[in-house]
Amino acid sequence: MDAAGVFWQGFGMPHDHDHPHSHLPSDPALRVKALETLLTDKGLVNPAALDEIIDLYQNKIGPQNGAKVVAKMWRDPEFHKQMLDDPMPVLQEMGLYGRQGEHMVFVENTDAVHNMVVCTLCSCYPWPLLGIPPGWYKSDAYRARSVREPRAVLAEFGVTLPEGKKVRVWDSTAEVRYLVVPQRPLGTEGLSEDDLAALVTRDSMIGTGLAQEPGA
Amino acid sequence: MTWCGDKPEPAFSEPWHAQVFAMTVALNEAGHFVWADWAERFGATLKTHGLAKELDGGEDYFNAWLETLEGFLAEAGLVEVGALSDLKDGWTRAFLNTPHGHPVHLSAGDNQASTSSTST
Repeated sequence: MDAAGVFWQGFGMPHDHDHPHSHLPSDPALRVKALETLLTDKGLVNPAALDEIIDLYQNKIGPQNGAKVVAKMWRDPEFHKQMLDDPMPVLQEMGLYGRQGEHMVFVENTDAVHNMVVCTLCSCYPWPLLGIPPGWYKSDAYRARSVREPRAVLAEFGVTLPEGKKVRVWDSTAEVRYLVVPQRPLGTEGLSEDDLAALVTRDSMIGTGLAQEPGA
Repeated sequence: MTWCGDKPEPAFSEPWHAQVFAMTVALNEAGHFVWADWAERFGATLKTHGLAKELDGGEDYFNAWLETLEGFLAEAGLVEVGALSDLKDGWTRAFLNTPHGHPVHLSAGDNQASTSSTST
């Protein structure tokens, strides 16, 4: 019970007056504390393992993983083909395999089609490649409107597409998650993989943005 | 509506968001449930909550997450609702009994519990 039995303070809002007792956490924070204590007592979770999971998703996994894959796809035709045809073996080799067992599908933007990803069910998202989704991806507004009026949503993100360009919206599930491969910006022929990866933003891989222009 | 776009934001805005997320992932990885069942249930909770108001994807989202996990674990017989509620009361007392600035131990809620149960 040791680790789960202690709750260090300092998470609350800063305050400028003295409390005789500790700052009482919010109702859900106390429920989570109770759940963690009970599950730890039952041996169902281990506080140290929970800290590792938090550290992994907070500090180690993020859009830089997806950006690396996209940059490699831009530069390496064989890798590009593999990722479009059957990405899972390669992703496993690269250690970018989903801990929840999901299957990744890469959808590529072209001159004719712009792809965009949503999860209308909840918030399914390619964690190993992009990390934890941003708040807006989880909001009702995005989940409903990206399907109903994707162009309007794109415009609010500052993305205006040419008239004739088609928009395809991909609805993620627990089993299948999508990653958009943005179009490679012009004038990037000589760039290294790392320099290319720096142009690949998180939003460009969700489809609510485009890859950055070099020097932008 | 405005979107934050590519503005960097922390993965979890509150420690309890991270904790409830980590517990869910750990339980899934230990084989207590499959992720598709989790997503199905979580989606249903979001849908129910979304009838009352438009969910913001932050605090709303993790409230729905917590409610789903509590219900899921109780139904699976992995936790007892009464035990959870007692522990929550214990933690609440522990916070109220611990001077500000000190680490809070669950045991700090124990004495108060027996005192209050005998005095009321």
